[in-house]
Amino acid sequence: MDFAFMAETFMKLIEGVPLTLNLAFASVALGALFAMLLALMRLSGVAALDWLARGYVFVFRGTPLLVQIFLIYYGLGQFRPSLQALGLWWFFREPYWCALLALTLNTAAYASEIIRGGLQSVPHGQIEAARACGMSRWLLFRRIVFPIAVRQALPAYGNEIILMVKATSLASIITMMEVTGIAHKLISQTFRAVEVFVCAGAIYLLLNFLVTRAVLALEWWLSPHLRGAPAPAPRLEAAHV
Amino acid sequence: MPYFELMGFGPNGWGRPMAMAAGMTLAVATCGFLVGSFIGALAAWAKLSQSIITRALADGYTTVLRGIPDLLVIYLFYFGGSAALGHIAVLFGGSGGFISVPAFATGAAAIGVVSGAYQAEVFRGAYTALSRGEIEAARSVGMHRFLMFRRIVAPQVLRYAIPGLGNVWQLALKESALISVTGLVELLRQSQIGAGSTRQPFAFYVTAAMLYLVITTVSTWGFQRAENHAMRGLRRA
Repeated sequence: MDFAFMAETFMKLIEGVPLTLNLAFASVALGALFAMLLALMRLSGVAALDWLARGYVFVFRGTPLLVQIFLIYYGLGQFRPSLQALGLWWFFREPYWCALLALTLNTAAYASEIIRGGLQSVPHGQIEAARACGMSRWLLFRRIVFPIAVRQALPAYGNEIILMVKATSLASIITMMEVTGIAHKLISQTFRAVEVFVCAGAIYLLLNFLVTRAVLALEWWLSPHLRGAPAPAPRLEAAHV
Repeated sequence: MPYFELMGFGPNGWGRPMAMAAGMTLAVATCGFLVGSFIGALAAWAKLSQSIITRALADGYTTVLRGIPDLLVIYLFYFGGSAALGHIAVLFGGSGGFISVPAFATGAAAIGVVSGAYQAEVFRGAYTALSRGEIEAARSVGMHRFLMFRRIVAPQVLRYAIPGLGNVWQLALKESALISVTGLVELLRQSQIGAGSTRQPFAFYVTAAMLYLVITTVSTWGFQRAENHAMRGLRRA
């Protein structure tokens, strides 16, 4: 192992971290909003909305992400004149927007199932109790259903976030220079696959370790009812006063 | 050219190459999955062993391989494999230039190493679902380790592992699309080739997506059948 080379490689790979994080966080955040919508469509009780969401989830979970990225970035290029006429070409021309769109649509499909599981795990008694207090539908959702569902879904959602951090590496195939893109460039320049792999792998492991820590901290913060009561303040001993 | 003529089996149709490529996708995913089963079984056994060192090694393997992108592993095997072959060639008096490794072997190895990490967790979970009483009973009738593994442990671990293995198989199938970067002509690579020569990328990628959907749907159905069959003797909760 050549440590000088590895240190240099590491510094070059670090330059890709902002883009990796940018893609991961933007797609997880936008995907969560879309997933919430899909989960509510599944649970709406309206057959048309339910089947639309089912079909969406089936298609996006049943095909590889790379195919989805290619379909959006290269495939839609076939309709360039129509897209230009619609004024959308600036979006589908940029690999960044295409990668972000594909990652968002993909994570929304997986996350909607996680959120649906969380929403369905809310105990019925809690909903009845809230209704009995006269809460409106929206207040009930905001105060009772949503917080409980989020807490239930969080561990599974943590796994999905890690999958997304890993999935951002596919953006390198459509020329985005995030960590894997830089790693690929370095490997093809130097042919030292093992050293570059170790450095890039260490960066992803560190990122994913931080994600798991953050999710655990959030879980702890959201479940005060599972923690022990705070230790009582030491009592003053009256006899000595 | 209209879509059905383009994707048909006629003289100018791309139906045949696309179907062959789908077969290649299935072949590389299956080989990788089987390699992964072997590695996964070994890693699960290491995770359940008494020795701290083997446990730590197996834990390290599953943590690292599940925490880094599959694409990096594929690059490691593809470029690292050719570098290793180059070194070996130099030992035998070769010139030391770039030697390309067979793309199929690279792909199967990369899928195998990644899916092995996931399968290790599936097998370990399934083993812990075994009832201790059965193992004690097997010991008490005097079965030795190998016989006990073959007759008591393996069949039940497989039964409990089927749903988890189904998920890992879906992952392996989707990872096989990434093998296209090594130039192996599987479904995605064939679509790229077709898209390049006909300038109809949308038609080709939509066809590839539909073929992947068919494969994943059929395999979901197959694993469900296998699960129903394996669980037929169990009372459901």
